[in-house]
Amino acid sequence: MFDAIVQGVLLGGYYAMLASGLSLLFGVARFINLAHGDLALLGAYLVLALVRRFGLDPFVATVPVLFVMAALGWFMQKWLFARTMRGGILLPLLTTFGLGAAIQNGLYGAFGSDAASLGNHIGNLSWDSFDLPFGISIGKLPVLTFATAVMALGALQLLLSRTRFGRALRATSQDPEAARLSGVDAERVQRGAAAIAVALAGLAGVFLAMRSLINPYSGPAELIYAFEAVVIGGIGSLWGTLTGGIVLGLAQCVGATVSPQGFQLAGHVVFLVWLGGRFYSQGTRGTPWHRRLLKWGSA
Amino acid sequence: MSRAGEFVVERWSAAERRAAAGAVIAFAALALAPLAIGGQGLDKLTTLFVYMLLAAMWNLLSGYAGLVSVGQQAYFGLGAYFALRLVSFGFAPYPALLVGALGAAAIAVPVSIFLLRLRDGEFAVASWVVAEAIRILVMFDLLVQGETGTSLIALNSYDPATRLVATYWFALASLAAMLVTTFLLLRSRIGAAGQAIRDDEEAARSLGVDVTRTRQIIYVLAAFGCALAGVIWLASAITFLPRTNFGVQWTVFMLFMVLVGGLRTMEGPILGAVIFFVLQEVFGNYGAWYLFGIGVVAVAFALALPGGLWGAVHARWGLHLFPVGERLVRGSVDARVARAVEDARSVT
Repeated sequence: MFDAIVQGVLLGGYYAMLASGLSLLFGVARFINLAHGDLALLGAYLVLALVRRFGLDPFVATVPVLFVMAALGWFMQKWLFARTMRGGILLPLLTTFGLGAAIQNGLYGAFGSDAASLGNHIGNLSWDSFDLPFGISIGKLPVLTFATAVMALGALQLLLSRTRFGRALRATSQDPEAARLSGVDAERVQRGAAAIAVALAGLAGVFLAMRSLINPYSGPAELIYAFEAVVIGGIGSLWGTLTGGIVLGLAQCVGATVSPQGFQLAGHVVFLVWLGGRFYSQGTRGTPWHRRLLKWGSA
Repeated sequence: MSRAGEFVVERWSAAERRAAAGAVIAFAALALAPLAIGGQGLDKLTTLFVYMLLAAMWNLLSGYAGLVSVGQQAYFGLGAYFALRLVSFGFAPYPALLVGALGAAAIAVPVSIFLLRLRDGEFAVASWVVAEAIRILVMFDLLVQGETGTSLIALNSYDPATRLVATYWFALASLAAMLVTTFLLLRSRIGAAGQAIRDDEEAARSLGVDVTRTRQIIYVLAAFGCALAGVIWLASAITFLPRTNFGVQWTVFMLFMVLVGGLRTMEGPILGAVIFFVLQEVFGNYGAWYLFGIGVVAVAFALALPGGLWGAVHARWGLHLFPVGERLVRGSVDARVARAVEDARSVT
């Protein structure tokens, strides 16, 4: 049980990494990228391809892939999402969902259906562990994942609170029109946010592939988990995302001790109960979107 | 006399009356098709009807009520599961199919109370989570045997030819019933209310539209339609695999059909289903790259032709076969003469 709790907390770091991109893009551009999980898988497969083709170390291969993912995010926002955002709320959902289906099947076509993993390319990191007193051992990879997630969130926090771009981004997320009037290039800010979001998705995908087996159709499940972490943690709050990820990870790891299916089911149930609780605390009407949006400054 | 008096509200044009008559004739002809078409052809047509049903239901939900659901596979799978369960309790297979679909619709009622409190993207993903949770719960049932799945072997007690025809008629009757219901619903107050909510929820509410109730009726009806499609699929494929029957690919297909055919029309999804069916027949063997193409084409349509093919037809020629709204047209000469006569009378 104690093992499950430690695992759950560390898994929460991975979810926070995955979810922060989803949350960021939603906060700035106001759409949920339903292809987010598939983009994470795309990042993982790109690293896998570099490792297999050139025998690179996965951590080395991750660096160029993150730049590629960021560029991909930038151009997708420019050519795809920005166009759909003009068409109301329906089109971005439809477009990103279709894009996700295209990515999954493109990966399948390119890499086949076999389950793949980076686990056997990272030496003994995949199974090594820190031995603590009282017979507790904690895997090094989960710890590394968690630490990376905290660093990524911290870097994002600094970017948002200290830089000019961060200020423009917060302004755009609060009120795009007002930001535009004050001389912020909102379109450019949204592209920047998409670049960061997709790069973060790719990074999370790499850690997913190190931890477990992946296949081209793993993306949708990851999107669902990321979304659950975002909602539980509170939309628009970076550190809330970490809390949400930890709650989700805990639920899943504790659920897994009950039954193999319990891993997914417990996560979903906690999420749905959380939503139900939100309705209960808000009464029947619910809070309007804009009031729930974004607390980057106070995050 | 105001200029507005020259216009009259029209719900049916001559072309539309012909289209309605044509639809009745088409369904009658399809009902007699087993006399002329062999087993394989009937099986293909059954598949086509399933696609049409799914597309029409998704269009009702997303196009007319503005509820983008990524979780309609929940009812597609659940209807089939309930039917299997009923048969295991000793129900006759065909009644079990209908009752199974009704059972799935009954589940949709409490689910709708929960989901309909969410908006847009949250609704989309939460509906997906619900579908996943339902799939996992169904997989706990020993009858389903987890990943292995099960099959509706009771159908094998029928002679194969009889079974094909019975399934075909069941599919045709379901499709016809659901299309007529959708059409009538959309022309009723509820349909108008749903579209008003989609366009501006607050404004609709302020005009006295019962937002929750309207959405709920549409949601449950769409769930029932998807469950019907699911039980037809079960009767046609016999096998039940949780990951296939509850697969999100059904939503991808619905999305493709509706986007390509035309969102927010009655005709579009039907057209989209026919196109999807033909593509499936021609390119289905290409597997992943074909599905990749489906995704790309759906995105391309969403970007370049959001109204779909039927939307383009309508924009080009103004053709509308199954109108769900009202239209202002210039009144006929007779009407204007009659009104002029009336005006003259009132003056004297």
